Amino acid sequence: MTASEPSNFDEMHAPDGSVRQAYRGYQRWLEQQEDGWMKRKDFEAESFFRRTGITFNVYGENDAEERLIPFDMVPRIISGGEWRRLSKGIEQRVRALNAFMHDLYHRQEIIRSGRLPERLFRNNAAWLPQMVGFTPPGGVYTHITGIDLVRTGPDEFMVLEDNARTPSGVSYMLENRETMMAMFPELFSTVKVRDVSDYPRRLAKSLAACAPQGAGPKPSIAVLTPGIFNSAYYEHAFLADQMGAELVEGSDLRVVNGKVQMRTTVGFRPVDVLYRRVDDEYLDPLSFNPDSVLGVPGIMDVYRAGNITIANAPGTGVADDKAIYSFMPEIVEFYTGEEAILPNVETWRCADPDSLKYVLDNLADLVVKEVHGSGGYGMLIGPTASKKDIATFRKKLENNPDNYIAQPTLSLSTCPIFTKKGLAPRHVDLRPFVLCSPDGVDITPGGLTRVALKKGSLVVNSSQGGGTKDSWVLDD
Amino acid sequence: MLGRVAHGIFWMYRYLERAENTARLLAAGQRMALTRGQDLADSEWKSVLTTLGLRPAYEEHFEDYTGAHVCDFVLRSKHNPESVLSMVERARTNARTCRSALTAEVWEAVNEGWMTLRDLLAKPVRDATLGAALGAIRRESTLARGATHGSMLRNETYCFTRLGTFLERADNTARILDVKYYLLLPSISYVGTPLDSGQWDNVLRSLSAERAYRWLNAGRMDARSIADFLILDDRFPRSLVFCYSTLRENLAELAQLHGAEGECHAAMREADLRLNDKTVEDIFEQGLHQFLLEFIADNQRLAGAIAQDYRFVS
Repeated sequence: MTASEPSNFDEMHAPDGSVRQAYRGYQRWLEQQEDGWMKRKDFEAESFFRRTGITFNVYGENDAEERLIPFDMVPRIISGGEWRRLSKGIEQRVRALNAFMHDLYHRQEIIRSGRLPERLFRNNAAWLPQMVGFTPPGGVYTHITGIDLVRTGPDEFMVLEDNARTPSGVSYMLENRETMMAMFPELFSTVKVRDVSDYPRRLAKSLAACAPQGAGPKPSIAVLTPGIFNSAYYEHAFLADQMGAELVEGSDLRVVNGKVQMRTTVGFRPVDVLYRRVDDEYLDPLSFNPDSVLGVPGIMDVYRAGNITIANAPGTGVADDKAIYSFMPEIVEFYTGEEAILPNVETWRCADPDSLKYVLDNLADLVVKEVHGSGGYGMLIGPTASKKDIATFRKKLENNPDNYIAQPTLSLSTCPIFTKKGLAPRHVDLRPFVLCSPDGVDITPGGLTRVALKKGSLVVNSSQGGGTKDSWVLDD
Repeated sequence: MLGRVAHGIFWMYRYLERAENTARLLAAGQRMALTRGQDLADSEWKSVLTTLGLRPAYEEHFEDYTGAHVCDFVLRSKHNPESVLSMVERARTNARTCRSALTAEVWEAVNEGWMTLRDLLAKPVRDATLGAALGAIRRESTLARGATHGSMLRNETYCFTRLGTFLERADNTARILDVKYYLLLPSISYVGTPLDSGQWDNVLRSLSAERAYRWLNAGRMDARSIADFLILDDRFPRSLVFCYSTLRENLAELAQLHGAEGECHAAMREADLRLNDKTVEDIFEQGLHQFLLEFIADNQRLAGAIAQDYRFVS
C-alpha cells in the first residue's frame, strides 16, 4: 500500500499511514478479500459496461467509436458531516446562480451597484438578448446544475467550476452505483451509504414542478437529444428511460397551434417541459443558428409566450464563463446577503493588467484556461507543459488577455485506485448534481467523482483519459 | 409513441429477422454444396444470391461461385451494404436510437449479439467456421426475439416489433419459395412430379421447415405439398398464412389502441381476400411464380401503408 505524497491530501490515508474515519468500514472489508479478486472483478465491470452499452463518444476521433469511460472500483467516500457542510454551500451557490440569471436578464442590479463589470456579459457569447425581460415558468433558470468541487485539505473544499448550461455525467453516477452494488453486494450491507438511485424520479418531479401554467396536473416531459452520435447520447436515453419521458430529436418536434408538439404514431402531441441536451445556439434555427437541424423552428416564440418550459433556460451558459466565475463570491453575497460558504479557487483575470503581468511572469506555475472553454480543452497546465506550449500560450495571452483566466496549480486531493501493483493514489474531483424548482433545491448525496488515471496527472476529464468512481456519502 | 421510434423499432425487427433468414439460407446452401457435385453446388450458390437480390453486386467482384466467396460476400463484405454484419449493425443502431422504448433485456440481447457477431465476422469466414458463425447469427436473433417476448409490455411498441418481424418473414418465405421453385426446377414439366427429393429438402431446410413438414406429410415430397405447407399451413410459423394472421392481429390491436383504422387496415383486408380460403390448386392454377410475385408486391405495399399511417417520417 502506498502512502500519499505529503503535499497532497489523501482522502483515504492520513500521513502516518492510518486509514481515515470515513474509509474504515471499507478498509475492513478490503482486508477480508482474497488475492486476485481485484483482477476478476475488473474484468466483470468492463464486460458489464460493454453489455449495457454505457459508452462515451469522444469528439475528434474519426470513426466516432464508442469508448468506455474507465471505472475504478475503489469508492470515493465522504462522511455524513462533510456532506452536510458541502450541501449547505452548494445550495447557497445554486440559489445565488438562479437569482443572478434573473437579475442579468431583468434589472441588472448587480451591474448598477458596481459589483460586476458590464463588459463581462456584454462580450459573452452565451448571453442571449432574446431572454431579456422574460421570466421562465416558475422563475427557474438553472433546473439542473453541476458544481465541480476540488479538495485540498481536511476541511478545504472549493468550487472549481459551475456547470449551469447542460451538466452531464449523472448517468455515470447512477450506473457506477449499480455496478458496485451488483459486484459487491456484501459491502453495502456492512457500510451504510446514502442512496442515489431515485435521482431520475426527483428530476422528473422537479421538472414537472417547473411546467408552464396550463400544463395540467401531469405535464408531458421530453428529453431533447442531438442523436446517437452525441458523446452523451447514452445519458440522454438513460434519463428519458428512467424518468418515463419521451426521448426526442429535433425532427420529432414541430410548433403546432402555438405549442411545441411531438410527432407520435397518432399525430402531434404537446410537450410541456423540454429537458434539452442541445446547446442554445442549435435550439431554434429561427432565433439562433439558421443551419441547425437539431432544434425546433419557432420554439423560442412558444417559450416566450409561456407555453413550454426549457431546462435549463436558454442563456444560462453565461454562468459557466470563467471570468464570471471569478466574481462568484461577490455574486453569492449580493443575492443571498451571506458570505459564500464554498470558496472559489484563487483566480487571476487576465483582462486586468496587473493580473496579466503576474500571470505572464509565472506561467510555468499556473493553470491558464479560456473563459468559455470546457471539457479540459484549450488549457495550459504550467508545471507539466513544454517550453513550446508555454511560449504559445504567452502569445495567446498577450494577443487576447480578456479570453483567459489563470489559477494556481492546486494540490488536489487524491483517492486510491486499483492498479496492477495494488492501491495507488490519484487526483480526484467531485461533481454533485443539483435540482432547482419552485419547490426548492434538491441535491443528490454524492455526485460524480472523476479521477485522473495517470500518476501525477491533474486532468480528470473523461475526454482526456480520466475515469470515474462511485461516490459515497455515508449515512452516519 | 413517437413516429420515429415506431419506425426504428419496426426496422430493427426486420433487420434481425432478415439476418436470421439469411443465415438459414446459407446453411442450407452449404449443406447442398457439400452433398452435390460441383455444378449443382455452383447453381445452389447462385440461387442463394438471387434469393437475396445480391447477384449483380456479387458479380461485380467475383467470377466464380464458391461457397467461401459467396458466404463472405453475404455475411461480411464491405462491398455489400446488405451484408448480415451491416444488418446486425443497423438493428443495433436502431435499438440505440429507440433505447428508451426497449427493455434492458432486449437492448442487452441486441447489443451483446452485435458484439459477438462483430468479433466473429471480423475475419473471413472459413468452411470450418461457417457453421459456428451461422449458428451464432440465428442464436443472437433468437435471443433478441425471446427477450422481446419475455420482457416487453404488450403495448403499441410490441405491435411494431411483431409487424416488423412478420412482414419481413413473409417476404423472405415468399422469396425463398419463389427462387427455389422457379429457378431451380430444370423444366416446368417437372412440376407436381416427385423430383430430386434433395432439392425439396433444401427448400424446407432454408426455412427450418424440414422437420415440421415430415411430421405432417410423412413420405410425400412434391411441389404441391410443399407449397401448400409453406403458403397455407397456419400451424407453421414461417408460412405466409401464419405471418399474415400475426400481422392481422397486431394491426387490429393498433386500431383498438388508437380507436381508428388507417390505409394499412384496408390493405390488410385486401391481402386477406387473396390468401384466405385459397387452396393450393387455386394457386397453381394462377401460377405459383405469379402468385408469389404479387404477394411480395402486396407485402411491400402493406409495409408502406403502415409507415404512412403511423407517421414513421415527417
